[in-house]
Amino acid sequence: MTYIAKPRLHHPSLVKNKAGFTRRDYEGAVSTLCAGCGHDSISAAIIQACYELDILPHQVAKLSGIGCSSKAPTYFVGASHGFNTVHGRMPSVMTGANLANRDLIYMGVSGDGDSASIGLGQFAHVMRRGVNMTYIVMNNGVYGLTKGQFSATADKGSISKKGVSNPDSSIDMVSLAILMGATFVGRSFSGDKHQLVPLIKAAMDHKGAAFLDVISPCVAFNNHAGSTKSYDYVREHNEALNRIDFIETREEITTSYDPGTTKIVQQHDGSILRLRKLGEDYDPSDKVAAVKRVQEGLHAGEVVTGLLYVDPTPSDLHANLNTVDVPLNTLNAPDLCPGTSALDKINASLR
Amino acid sequence: MPQAIAAVNDFVVKFANVNGSGSASANELFARSILRMGVPVSPRNIFPSNIQGLPTWYEVRVTEKGYLGRRGGVDMMVAMNPQTWAEDVKEITPGGYLFYDSTKPMPSSMFREDINVIGVPLTAITNATYSDARQRQLFKNIIYVGALSVLLDIDEKQIQRLFSEQFKGKEKLIDSNVKAMNLGRDWVKQHVDPDLVKLKVRHADNVGDRIFVEGNSAAALGAVYGGATVCAWYPITPSSSLAEAFQSHCKKFRHDKETGKAKYAIVQAEDELASIGMVIGAAWNGARSFTATSGPGISLMTEFIGLAYFAEVPAVLVNVQRGGPSTGMPTRTQQSDLLGCAYASNGDTKHVLLFPEDPRECFEFTADALDLADRLQTPVFVMTDLDIGMNHRLCKPFAWDESRVLDRGKVMTAEDLEAGKTFGRYLDVDGDGIPFRTYPGTHPTKGSYFTRGTTKDEFARYSEEGPVYVRNMERLQKKWETAKKIAPQPLRYSSPKPTRFGVIYFGSTSPAMDEALDHLEAEGHHVNALRVRSFPFAQSVEDFIHEHDRVFVVEQNRDAQLRTMLLSEYTLDARKIVPVLHYDGTPITARFIATDIATKLGQFKVVPFDKAAS
Repeated sequence: MTYIAKPRLHHPSLVKNKAGFTRRDYEGAVSTLCAGCGHDSISAAIIQACYELDILPHQVAKLSGIGCSSKAPTYFVGASHGFNTVHGRMPSVMTGANLANRDLIYMGVSGDGDSASIGLGQFAHVMRRGVNMTYIVMNNGVYGLTKGQFSATADKGSISKKGVSNPDSSIDMVSLAILMGATFVGRSFSGDKHQLVPLIKAAMDHKGAAFLDVISPCVAFNNHAGSTKSYDYVREHNEALNRIDFIETREEITTSYDPGTTKIVQQHDGSILRLRKLGEDYDPSDKVAAVKRVQEGLHAGEVVTGLLYVDPTPSDLHANLNTVDVPLNTLNAPDLCPGTSALDKINASLR
Repeated sequence: MPQAIAAVNDFVVKFANVNGSGSASANELFARSILRMGVPVSPRNIFPSNIQGLPTWYEVRVTEKGYLGRRGGVDMMVAMNPQTWAEDVKEITPGGYLFYDSTKPMPSSMFREDINVIGVPLTAITNATYSDARQRQLFKNIIYVGALSVLLDIDEKQIQRLFSEQFKGKEKLIDSNVKAMNLGRDWVKQHVDPDLVKLKVRHADNVGDRIFVEGNSAAALGAVYGGATVCAWYPITPSSSLAEAFQSHCKKFRHDKETGKAKYAIVQAEDELASIGMVIGAAWNGARSFTATSGPGISLMTEFIGLAYFAEVPAVLVNVQRGGPSTGMPTRTQQSDLLGCAYASNGDTKHVLLFPEDPRECFEFTADALDLADRLQTPVFVMTDLDIGMNHRLCKPFAWDESRVLDRGKVMTAEDLEAGKTFGRYLDVDGDGIPFRTYPGTHPTKGSYFTRGTTKDEFARYSEEGPVYVRNMERLQKKWETAKKIAPQPLRYSSPKPTRFGVIYFGSTSPAMDEALDHLEAEGHHVNALRVRSFPFAQSVEDFIHEHDRVFVVEQNRDAQLRTMLLSEYTLDARKIVPVLHYDGTPITARFIATDIATKLGQFKVVPFDKAAS
């Protein structure tokens, strides 16, 4: 049951962040997902990221579609508003919500069924509009709630739990996001929190459309031999391009690094993405190279992870629409209603 | 040859043109010039789903009495489209007039014996004066307006004034248009017997302070006045001009004077699913938002409409109805989305509908819908149609109460939460079925909730327990009862004499109905009328039905949709509710309504009171 609240017993020694909250203040209700579900690890990473970023919990708005992944927003940042919308349509609801109040932090949580099948159209358009958000797909390549059907991200030739081979090509969400105009695109693995937490932090700080594809094995229906989204398979085939350290603008950069193994990307607001390179020489600000590298990985059967693409100077929907700096939902009649004298003039012009 | 039709300030002129030839503005000029003489006009576009080349018509009813419905019948045809010549000529009432371009000689078989023909060599006059192809096309239209102004006695000074207003600051354009007008005027003066055409316009004073505006533009202005800040839409005829008008009104009124920044956001979405999703997302987050669409768009939005109903999120949808089903008749009018909107989505759902009768009510009801949606926390539909939306209609001027505030309904603030008020997102605290809501980001520790389309308890906690579900559904029903009291109430028009007969109508049927009631009354048929302005129906609708032995329900659809809703809402003898249905895609006429009702009254063996007395 998703409404089971966690006991609010706080250990006095829990460390508070700069906003005055402990890590537990970013938790939500008890998860009702299967034990060992990758999605819970992603929720934990989101909690960790929000805690480390000193975010005010109520300043987060969580939106999701339908599916196991879309249940996840109840399991993190319980003090924020959440909207579990309809299947595949979360991006449009998030777009509208973002238009209403540009000041909140928007976290969209979806799955591969939700975003790559029924919601592929809205997924593409939310990216091209540059909605300032963090959009996470908890990607397990399978329909869990309806018990094990292939999703559109399942690799061609991968085997279902029932032994059926998938005849259809898979959709690569990161390639798609880059091509559609997302300005921050990364991929990670639910089992790799050292890579995932900094990626989420950097995505949340990115002032534009940020997309994270997180491979998240389904312990119930997609964690067997023959699956290409099982724990074992992903661990064996993970080709990490970089490990990222995210440094906020307000922090002094004191960490030393070896210039031979790191690359610095400074975002528009001054925050720093420090990439610890594991793979070959990789420049995430080169869009064409990013697509090439991801496609090469696919061809070689690798799951290329890390920060794949970032535009350090992104624009967002509000900038494109030139909206006022204050949230539209704070405007009232004096701001919005032209009044009777303007109406008299309109009437006169229509005679 | 029947007698030539003679009429002053009471006739119909129909223009037959080719789509995209620039005729629309010339025809509108014709209509406006008569309006400026103090004579009401009611113009209608009859156009194809096409950009250029197909036939298009513009029908102007000149009506000193102010009957703004479509009359039916054509007294003068301005036949400018060879493609539709035969059917256009055929449509003229015997004794009527045919105005045509006589540059090329035509065989007498192309004409009729029982009509009066006025041939003006428009192409010859145009080509003798202009060499540029585009100029020839545009000025030919102005030349025929000039020619008609002499034939019908339209005041040329009014046309000149309209040019001056339209091309203010562009003196050259004013001069060239006046010149073209005079080409037409001079030719007719020299060549046509001034008594040939016995349709005349005389100065009157029957327009008053009324305005002449399209319903779509008016609804868009209502959205501006009603405080909408987010508009998400997808182009679809006949609603597209509504979103575009919102854009142009906002450009004028909604930019910060200092920074130039916009106090609104308009998104042309990828489809109707996304546009309603954006509207719901914005409204959930505390902004007033709306979409404009037509029937096929509503079909696509249906899933989201159910979510907004059940999660209780405000949403305003302006449905500019067109002919259905499916793609149907995209450029023709109907009132055939009532059931589709009233009960849109799976499960037990029902929605608030408003029925504006003209642009003035499009303005008023769109602004009201934004208040109602916030107060009721539910989708509200403004059910206009192509006839109102895309035609200029004479109506009362827009009015606004300067002291009016945006009624945001039950919203709990950070102060309320801090003061310890109990917040249950789906908790009815005062019996009207409407709970309090909070906007996301209101308070650091209180008032957050997780909303969804699944069933939940009073505190927004997921629950599939039967009693919890039933309690919630019953509260929604209570909210429905509240809606009956706060939505626009019906308006009643009583016959001067007591009668057992009533008629119910709504929306764009209104002007035709006003006229039909006069016709019926003149023939001794007394009928009380009730104009329904919203669904759920107010108590007075049921009272009206019970007051009469027979109630006609006049609608522009095949299946008597409003009648179905009446029968579903009330316990009634279905035989008592008599449908009067017009659904060929043209606007309903007074002639149709009066004839149909009179015939049906005859079937009930009713002798008009005055005839019975004599």
